[in-house]
Amino acid sequence: MRRVILTIAGTIAGLVALLSFKSHVPTVPSASVSTTGGSGTAGTGSTGGTPGPSSSPATVPGEFPMGSLAGELTVGETAVTGQLANTVYGPVQIQLVMRNGKIVKVAVLRQPMNTINDIRIGDFAFPKLIGETLAAQTAKIDAVSGASYTSAGYIQSLQSALDNRA
Amino acid sequence: MTGGQAGRLRHAEHVMGTVVSFDVPACAGEEVPACAGEEAGPAGDGVGGALGRAVRWLHWVDATFSPYREDSDVSQLGTGEVSLAQCAPELTEVLEACAAISVLSGGYFTTTPDGRFDPSGYVKGWAIERAAAMITAAGSAGHCVNGGGDVQCVGDRGSGQPWRIGIADPLRAGSLALVVAGRDFAVATSGVAERGPHIVNPHTGQPATDLASVTVAGSGLTLTDAYATAAFAMGSGARDWVESLDGYEAFAITSRGADWQTSGFAAYLA
Repeated sequence: MRRVILTIAGTIAGLVALLSFKSHVPTVPSASVSTTGGSGTAGTGSTGGTPGPSSSPATVPGEFPMGSLAGELTVGETAVTGQLANTVYGPVQIQLVMRNGKIVKVAVLRQPMNTINDIRIGDFAFPKLIGETLAAQTAKIDAVSGASYTSAGYIQSLQSALDNRA
Repeated sequence: MTGGQAGRLRHAEHVMGTVVSFDVPACAGEEVPACAGEEAGPAGDGVGGALGRAVRWLHWVDATFSPYREDSDVSQLGTGEVSLAQCAPELTEVLEACAAISVLSGGYFTTTPDGRFDPSGYVKGWAIERAAAMITAAGSAGHCVNGGGDVQCVGDRGSGQPWRIGIADPLRAGSLALVVAGRDFAVATSGVAERGPHIVNPHTGQPATDLASVTVAGSGLTLTDAYATAAFAMGSGARDWVESLDGYEAFAITSRGADWQTSGFAAYLA
């Protein structure tokens, strides 16, 4: 499961980077996962994950940090934070909230300046996409054939999850 | 976006209103000279160079054949602004092929699906198959190109393993209906697109409603894709029609959620 989490964090980081719609710039997302705290006592959450190479969590001009979900965890939930992925679009950092081995929330702790800023994690298709990614990994497929998707549809599609996996 | 794990070349290109995904798993750097881009392939620039040329080819096809661009050859030919002789020679090639498929499909494949000239049902598969061939020519023995859901697989995915292609379930978004596997084959699925006009039955003028989706498997994507388009318009008659085509098999999910397949389709089941 840890391996799957790692892959998914990388997938999502790549997807967030892709959402900036910059043209044809190669990206090398390199997220890996460090499990933050999360003891079993009621209401205890973990502190936000430590970013990778940059030591200071201070805002870099041009970034739009979102709050860590670590302070809002309920019983049985753990926050898992990926390392800072320095994509060519800019820095991306993903946080997953797990409950009973399932991903229940996604937070984009850092995203590049030009991404679509109205990514509301609750509304966005990330949870659906995560489910699809898990299904695709279970089926070990290389590509998906289906009725033609548009560029916008691709972003939320299974094929994009396959294209972006680590 | 280009990237991937060590040795695997992947690229996703936004073009033709969709995204074309390239996957060359066996690019293990120095082990495969073609991938190192050193003096390999006819153009001497290896798989990476071929990928760049394939991408440029797709954009050229888009500019020339898109019915959504006023200045494309297709649009101008459709409005009569230009004659066929004034268009790129590929237009003639495409039109002749479309005419043959139209006859073969009893008119269910058409270049005027909405009453205006639009050969997209042929062009996309043709463009993808040719893009894959460019990478083959550069020395890649196995790669996969997915043009918005229509897939051309060349060789296998490495270590003798067949390519595994998931078929989207048209009735359950995000789920797979089944998985097919094969080498040197193409898979095309025609169905209700997420956006855009319904595929129309050219004989009745009404939307084709028998099927939720139909998947055709064959060797080359050009014809596989065109046959899938014709089959969807045909509806329930498609099963007998594809059965009659040598080298092509089909699997379909009906609007009611039932499914059927041609007698040889089982050979593709993973």
